Amino acid sequence: MNTASLRVVAAGPLVTFQDRGRLGHLRHGIPASGPMDRTAHAIANVVLGNPAGATTVEVSRAGASFECVGSSMTVAVVGGRFRTAVNGAAIGPNIVVTLVPGDQLAVASGPSGSWAYLAVAGELAIPRWLGHTATHSLSGLGGGHVTAGLDVGVAAARADPLLDGPVAIFPGNSLIDGVVRVVLGPQDHRFTAEALQHFVTVPFALTEEFDRMGVRLDGPHLDLDAALSIPSEPIVRGSVQVAGDGVATVLLADHQTTGGYPKIATVVGADLDAFCQLRPGDSVRFVPVTPAEAITRVRTHAAASEKFFNDELLRTRQLARRLAETDLIGDVGAG
Amino acid sequence: MNRFAPVGDSALLIELASEFTEQANRQVIALDQAINRAIDERRVVGIVETVPAYVSVLVVFDPLVTDHDVVRAAINLLDTTSGAVGEPSRHHVAVCYDLGVAPDLEAVAVHSGLSPDGVVEAHLSGSYRVVMYGFAPGYAYLSGVPDPINVPRKQQPVRGVPAGSVIIAGGQCLITTIEMPTGWSVIGRTHFRVLPDQSDEPFAFRPGDEIVFDRITLDEYKATT
Repeated sequence: MNTASLRVVAAGPLVTFQDRGRLGHLRHGIPASGPMDRTAHAIANVVLGNPAGATTVEVSRAGASFECVGSSMTVAVVGGRFRTAVNGAAIGPNIVVTLVPGDQLAVASGPSGSWAYLAVAGELAIPRWLGHTATHSLSGLGGGHVTAGLDVGVAAARADPLLDGPVAIFPGNSLIDGVVRVVLGPQDHRFTAEALQHFVTVPFALTEEFDRMGVRLDGPHLDLDAALSIPSEPIVRGSVQVAGDGVATVLLADHQTTGGYPKIATVVGADLDAFCQLRPGDSVRFVPVTPAEAITRVRTHAAASEKFFNDELLRTRQLARRLAETDLIGDVGAG
Repeated sequence: MNRFAPVGDSALLIELASEFTEQANRQVIALDQAINRAIDERRVVGIVETVPAYVSVLVVFDPLVTDHDVVRAAINLLDTTSGAVGEPSRHHVAVCYDLGVAPDLEAVAVHSGLSPDGVVEAHLSGSYRVVMYGFAPGYAYLSGVPDPINVPRKQQPVRGVPAGSVIIAGGQCLITTIEMPTGWSVIGRTHFRVLPDQSDEPFAFRPGDEIVFDRITLDEYKATT
């Protein structure tokens, strides 16, 4: 049997390897990184029978294309509505497809969404740093940037054409009317009453300054109550930081770990995956919830997500497994 | 009195002071250690990680297990005055201050009214303490830059400052770990690595540790890696 690999034919900027993320090193200046859309990343893995947190290729709107080398392998592309094609033939977004050696898979920006995840049945052989392949895009630490010419080994590659077909998407992640829930603070008291009022009533649009570190917003200027410099304080994924120019930025997967600009609010974690899938020009409204309401939202979301993974995805996979075991269909993928 | 502020759905920020002082930062480190002792001894549940900063500690928790009020109550019960505060380590860092690798040494000299060698001597004379890691991977902020070379940030950041640069601004010093733009003044270069290359190595410093800079020549710098 030949060694299986995925050869990178082309890759735009901000295409990186990401596992679930590197928790526990904020105290060393290192954000968790990991997928911008954690739910889509997990779905891409689970539909193939991989561990939910396994390494995938995170494809940005700049797109990427790959060639299957050495042996057949089943892959999943899940996330935004990206244009996905095999040998030039469109196969639609959110899809599982089995590739045979020589097949070319292209993943390109489509009607909506900013990130898609390419998972391979098997294990991508990617170097780890501090136990994880998640890439910190600014430094390249971790699995690293995906670049043309790279030949990515796939350990224990599996070809399982029974899994081929559309993938169910978790419905609990959509933002209704662009509403993004936030908990105000921790430095909301540094802002004028007018700034606070604007923040929760006026829509903000995402700008082109959007990468894995964060996204600058276009909206009303948010004035501080007094010119001041606060000692740098820790930042989390979802912090809404307001720089000295009054412009708000939402900090995302590769956020800096501390900063001296005041944070007016923090996006509730359950809304972050959907927020990350928005595009420049898309509009959001920040709706404040209490910390207790935020916890309730996270728990409800987690329960719905767990039910989705158990019911929809595992059942689909187990059905496919049972079919395979009864040998109804031969090994058509082993080209 | 500590100020507790909720941070989203899964963290709590504890502010111990509004301005940086060495004393406030020592209290931060003591509180951080007390929380981590409590985690190790299973006296608190659901805390995922803690982040000590200048005058605050961020406590990140699992919102499926606990919440802001429970974490706050648990932290209020901790005794941060007793218990062994970990003994700080002392690290020696060899720095080359040759103008070829210290592009801002002359500008700092002009600003401070010293000769370039005077700046180096002032830098070597400082008592440096690791205040926190922040901003970028392995960026350990050191307090203790002597007043004469307390220079402000530049108006504009300079791109392409290499890893291992020794930089100062606003009374602080740090050793860069990755190539980054910075508005701080580059006064030297070191082979010392704060960040681990491999997965299981520890980070070079812990908050509270003491750092001593030692001067090496350009030849010595080039002879080592």
